[in-house]
Amino acid sequence: MKQRDIFIAFFRSSMLGYGGGPTTIPLVQKEVVERFKWMNNEEFGDVLAIANTLPGPIATKMAGYIGFRIGGVPGMMNAIISTILPTIFLMIILLSTLIQFKDLKWVQGMTKAVVPVVAVMLAVLTWEFVKSSIKGLKWFFTTLHILVALVLIEFFGIHPGFVIGALLVIAVVKPSKKSKKRIQQKGMSI
Amino acid sequence: MMIYLHVFWAFFLTNILGYGGGPATIPLIQKEVVDHYHWITTQEFNEALAMGNALPGPIATKMGGYIGFQVGGYIGSGLAIFATVAPSLILMLTLMGLLYKFRTSPQVKRMTLYVKPTIAVLLGVMTFQSFYESYFQIGIGHVLFLGIGSYLLMEKVKVHPGLIVFASLIYGAINL
Repeated sequence: MKQRDIFIAFFRSSMLGYGGGPTTIPLVQKEVVERFKWMNNEEFGDVLAIANTLPGPIATKMAGYIGFRIGGVPGMMNAIISTILPTIFLMIILLSTLIQFKDLKWVQGMTKAVVPVVAVMLAVLTWEFVKSSIKGLKWFFTTLHILVALVLIEFFGIHPGFVIGALLVIAVVKPSKKSKKRIQQKGMSI
Repeated sequence: MMIYLHVFWAFFLTNILGYGGGPATIPLIQKEVVDHYHWITTQEFNEALAMGNALPGPIATKMGGYIGFQVGGYIGSGLAIFATVAPSLILMLTLMGLLYKFRTSPQVKRMTLYVKPTIAVLLGVMTFQSFYESYFQIGIGHVLFLGIGSYLLMEKVKVHPGLIVFASLIYGAINL
């Protein structure tokens, strides 16, 4: 029963969410908090906040953790598989079919026409990252970060991994001015 | 055997570096599978990305599962998915107590924030490359028509992205 519910919750939220994992999060919340009542809103918010501090896809981290909490290791596997497997399967079938007819002229036309559409999707995604950077870092530092990263990665050919690694180190090492505020927040959450 | 190791490494690296969810890892994946390992071409990567965006669910695992399959069959696919999902999930499960304690600490919040502009740069460069390549393939007229058309439909009319990809495929089959 429980495993079936886990399957339903994560299969449904994944199949209804478009635009990658982060867009499925509100759907996951609907299933986990409102429908199956496995967690309350605050717990869900905490888990999401913690998932956001770690790298990699959000949806699978949420599914894995919540599945584990509800149904142990089988629950974890169940939640992850129902989140990712159906769409991976579709993806492989559809693209492999397309590749088989690659030499046909009209199929080539199809694959060319899709590039500007992907570019638009990427542009929208880029803008979302810029917007949320501005929200946290303000205009000046966002622009500065972007320019420095652009020069390092594109003109000096430094692997983005090094840039990201350096930024993470700076984030941890840099002393924070808001330690007072932090104590207040801590007091509130306890 | 080496190929499986490379598949694992490529997807492990991209997902351990990508902060901000699956979409943030896309440019990193492209860098590894196209620029570094030359497993697929930019064009093929874009096709996969278009299909990935047309289908529901998380994007990083779809890309990993598909590219892994192209490189190393079912084992490759499984390895790529494992490398995408497992490391951050294991971190989350094992460090939960610690992370919970520090979830409001400014250092932890800054980690995600500081990486964002760099991810924006990587995505922006990918956007530019896609437009640029498309301009040489099909010319400015088609690029503008498809680009502006899909933007308006997606962002203003809020048409389902799957339908937009489908419409562009038909447009390409007829006109290009």
